Amino acid sequence: MVRVLERLGHTVEFPAGQTCCGQMHWNTGYQAEALPLVARFVEQFRGAEAVVVPSSSCVAMMRDHYPKMAAELKDEKLIAEVDALQPKVFEFSEFLTKRLGLEDVGATYPHRVTYHASCHGLRNLELGDGPMRLLKAVRGIELVELPGLEQCCGFGGTFAVKNADVSGAMLEDKLAAVLTTGAEACTACDNSCLMHIQGGLHRQKTGVRTLHLAEILAGEEVRR
Amino acid sequence: MSGTALDPKTAPLFPIAAKTAMGDAQMRKNVRHATDVIQAKRARVVGEMPDWQELREAGRQIRQHTMENLDFYLEEFEKNCTRAGGVVHWARDAEEARRIVVGLVKASGSDEVIKIKSMTTEEIQLNPALEAAGIHPFETDLAELIIQLGEDRPSHIVVPALHKNRREIREIFKRKMNLPELGDQPHDLADAARVFLREKFLRVKTGVSGANFLIAETGGVCVVESEGNGRMCLTLPETLITIAGIDKVIPRYQDLEVFLQLLPRSATGERMNPYNSIWTGVDATDGPRGFHVVLMDNARTEILADEEARQTLNCIRCAACQNACPVYRQTGGHAYGSVYAGPIGAILTPQLQEMHHAQSLPFASSLCGACYEVCPVKINIPEVLIHLRNKVVKQKGLSAEALAMRVMGAIFLSERRFRAAQRLGRVAESPLVRKDGWIGWLPGQLGGWTQTRDLQEMPKETFRDWWERRGNDGN
Repeated sequence: MVRVLERLGHTVEFPAGQTCCGQMHWNTGYQAEALPLVARFVEQFRGAEAVVVPSSSCVAMMRDHYPKMAAELKDEKLIAEVDALQPKVFEFSEFLTKRLGLEDVGATYPHRVTYHASCHGLRNLELGDGPMRLLKAVRGIELVELPGLEQCCGFGGTFAVKNADVSGAMLEDKLAAVLTTGAEACTACDNSCLMHIQGGLHRQKTGVRTLHLAEILAGEEVRR
Repeated sequence: MSGTALDPKTAPLFPIAAKTAMGDAQMRKNVRHATDVIQAKRARVVGEMPDWQELREAGRQIRQHTMENLDFYLEEFEKNCTRAGGVVHWARDAEEARRIVVGLVKASGSDEVIKIKSMTTEEIQLNPALEAAGIHPFETDLAELIIQLGEDRPSHIVVPALHKNRREIREIFKRKMNLPELGDQPHDLADAARVFLREKFLRVKTGVSGANFLIAETGGVCVVESEGNGRMCLTLPETLITIAGIDKVIPRYQDLEVFLQLLPRSATGERMNPYNSIWTGVDATDGPRGFHVVLMDNARTEILADEEARQTLNCIRCAACQNACPVYRQTGGHAYGSVYAGPIGAILTPQLQEMHHAQSLPFASSLCGACYEVCPVKINIPEVLIHLRNKVVKQKGLSAEALAMRVMGAIFLSERRFRAAQRLGRVAESPLVRKDGWIGWLPGQLGGWTQTRDLQEMPKETFRDWWERRGNDGN
């Protein structure tokens, strides 16, 4: 992501104090642990012109829950700061297509690829065909549509271990869909889905790899 | 599956019940096929509506307004229903509701009842209570009849026998209706049910129904259905007893304009239900002479009191969320241990138990949001799931998981601790990492991951290391 943004002429900063958006805690029911992370996020990113995040589910967390969390803390200053920061937060593909209005970012990736639309990207962020438009503009790429695109891969954070059997069955369906495409690689805008899909693809010795959309747009193959 | 009622008080934890259910390959195939068919039909008839999103919003607002003024609309309904000749009864819980219905049936002088499909009567396990009182209930909805004759349990709100296929249904009918030559075509099965039921419609003097909507303005009750059995039950008996949750009320007759568009399209993928029955009190010249409505709370006021979970009560029982849910589609309905399965069941069931039972259900979701997307009244089910998870976590207090979460929470609050944790993570995982750089086995609860998945080792160089090596750290 850094390489793509720099290639496009942007200055990238990485506030070293950043840690986690709190999604895992929040979604698993540990709200007390998640709440202080809102203030931490604001503190780290307060001065940014744009906050670009390579994970759709983290953005969904910030967009859908941070305002409510700040309100729960009854901290007027924090509420105002979250509101002010909100329009500057972008998921990576969203930043390219919606904020910068780009489709072709000058990437080359001569492989057969399929794209998994993560649930948060699809439903919470409504990324639509943005990532596909970016991929279509990549030189040399052979893009194959994934059947059952709107289906969850079964990750769901702690769901994957709390309900391992159901999660595994959902993954099974997703892997079957990936394999029917004959793709060499499966990409997405969310590393958590990719870690899940990759874990299954590797266990089944399929030889299909996963990589983040940013790795494709960076235009160089990343060895995994 | 046996005939034991679905009872959240005694049901196994969801992950355990789900594992058992997923062992039934035929059931999974049936559920997959049926939900695929309904979803495709729904998508077609929803897609043709230019104002679907506006309709959803209208539905949401009417439901929210109703819940915020529920006391007013319930009394309004009682007043208008009574004026029209109905008798309104109030039941605090399932036990009281059962007692009232059994008493009313006995007073009607009948030892049999014909029933319209009603999830509320399933919720309170009315049939066993009727049988214990020497009253025989006949289910007249085709799917409910299949469930009753098969000594099975409903697995879906709208299509309770969705887990059965035609051949399995034929076997049940052959056995229970004594029809050794029965075919397995839809018309064969429908004919058999028709002959079996017609005699009951004409003979039984007392009917029991649920309600889709209670209309406060008129005191009328609305039931929608596809088979016409409901119309029979509503018009032929001498006594009609309707049982409904207090959440079923809508303010005005005119509001049906919204709900009778949202409900059939979401539920069965039909533009309109084949039968829409609305009856208001009694009429001396036609229909039942005695009409009773039992308004049941059964924990609904508890749900109403919880501001964040209140939207659960907006549900109009269309089951679109069940059809869309990737978890439900894997497990079917019985795994939820409740007559309300799927996403709506995962939020409704534990709340109907006042969070004393079914605490594993709010975790039975990957929070993918497919349920919210299809909900005709825009219930944000993922949001309510998260809210209920928090309630369960608070209830459980200190556990190994809570402790781990607390430690991770502390790590995320400090850059120094975060860096140390990244280093420590690599050390801790190293005994588990194979030569190829992958982890194939994890201990304890994390072992759920490695049942079907590998995990790549943590990178030798983190993004942070790379960033600092590059010399950007001054930024």
